[in-house]
Amino acid sequence: MKDIYRGTLVRLSDDSPELLAKAFARWDRDTEQHRLADSDPAQLWSEKKIKEFQEKRAETNSKSFRFSIHTLDEDKLIGGVGLWISSWTHAETWLGISIGERDYWGRGYGTDAMRLAVQYAFLELGLRRVSLGLHAYNERALKSYQKVGFKLEGRMRGEGLRDGVRYDSLWMGILREEWLALMETK
Amino acid sequence: MLDIQTQLFEAQDVRFGPIDHEAHPEIESKWTHDAEFMRLLDLKPARPLSPAMVKKQYEAVEKEMDEDKNLFYFTIRARADDRLIGKALIEWVDWTNGNGFVRLGIGDGEYRRKGYGSQALSMLLRYAFGELNLYRVTAVVPAYNEGGLRLFQKFGFVEEIRRRQALNRDGQFWDLISFGLLNTEWREQVKA
Repeated sequence: MKDIYRGTLVRLSDDSPELLAKAFARWDRDTEQHRLADSDPAQLWSEKKIKEFQEKRAETNSKSFRFSIHTLDEDKLIGGVGLWISSWTHAETWLGISIGERDYWGRGYGTDAMRLAVQYAFLELGLRRVSLGLHAYNERALKSYQKVGFKLEGRMRGEGLRDGVRYDSLWMGILREEWLALMETK
Repeated sequence: MLDIQTQLFEAQDVRFGPIDHEAHPEIESKWTHDAEFMRLLDLKPARPLSPAMVKKQYEAVEKEMDEDKNLFYFTIRARADDRLIGKALIEWVDWTNGNGFVRLGIGDGEYRRKGYGSQALSMLLRYAFGELNLYRVTAVVPAYNEGGLRLFQKFGFVEEIRRRQALNRDGQFWDLISFGLLNTEWREQVKA
């Protein structure tokens, strides 16, 4: 059987709440990182509180699958990726990713982690569809998701507001048969 | 000028009211035994609920309204006799960005296709845009819900997202359509 945790640049892993709390507390202080990844107001949590969030999540939630992303060459923790099952009935999940370490932006690490997360959704969880949303200004993410095979399905007009500027959000999806067809051509 | 004598919760044939924890569980329990209604209104698996279960849901709704402040839930009543005929809600309100999701249904079969849903949606939009001051609202409708699609189109909602094959029902896959309406667009319509 194939190693579904391992890509070409990164591997999916998990870390102790302490280690994750340290990393997230540092990444959260980077506003650009937050604005790429999230639409909630940027907030600064203590390591203690983040650790509690992580411990809570460890109490096996069958609807969410979260991984930390490690580089293969140096085994460095660079970000996180997660699947939040929107519905087992409809076999669909949301996908979210953030690369906290700026030095690893735009170099294919995120795209590699995305491929692993999508593969996990289809091959391990047996889902039919993966959905995601992004800010329209996040062009790097759009390109990455298109590379993985996501198709643009719509645009919510003026969904976000930051610094008094309204911006759109984009919504994408990939179906299992589309992904399988992509794998065959490789 | 601000009209303080206006009534947000009164329309021609229907009105909004609060939940009645004594009288309503029995009525809404009957609606949950109508599989078609459940599948039009909700993406979650349809399931019949006893009045006791509905009562629990009502308690959860009011708890969420009170504690999270991002849910606004109304019962739809027939004006003639104040009878419960449906529900209308604004949920998942995102205050930072000024968004909310609208959803409504007429549970009582006798009151469907008579324009009561339209009157309720008018009130709901006025509440979302005039009282909550939202920037935009979203309505999510399964592609098989033709009545729902027509209703939101009639109110000027724009189709923004089509999630391909996001729903699996009766062994078929259906698109899930997401409509959006901006406060500015709604104001233009109300003026006209």
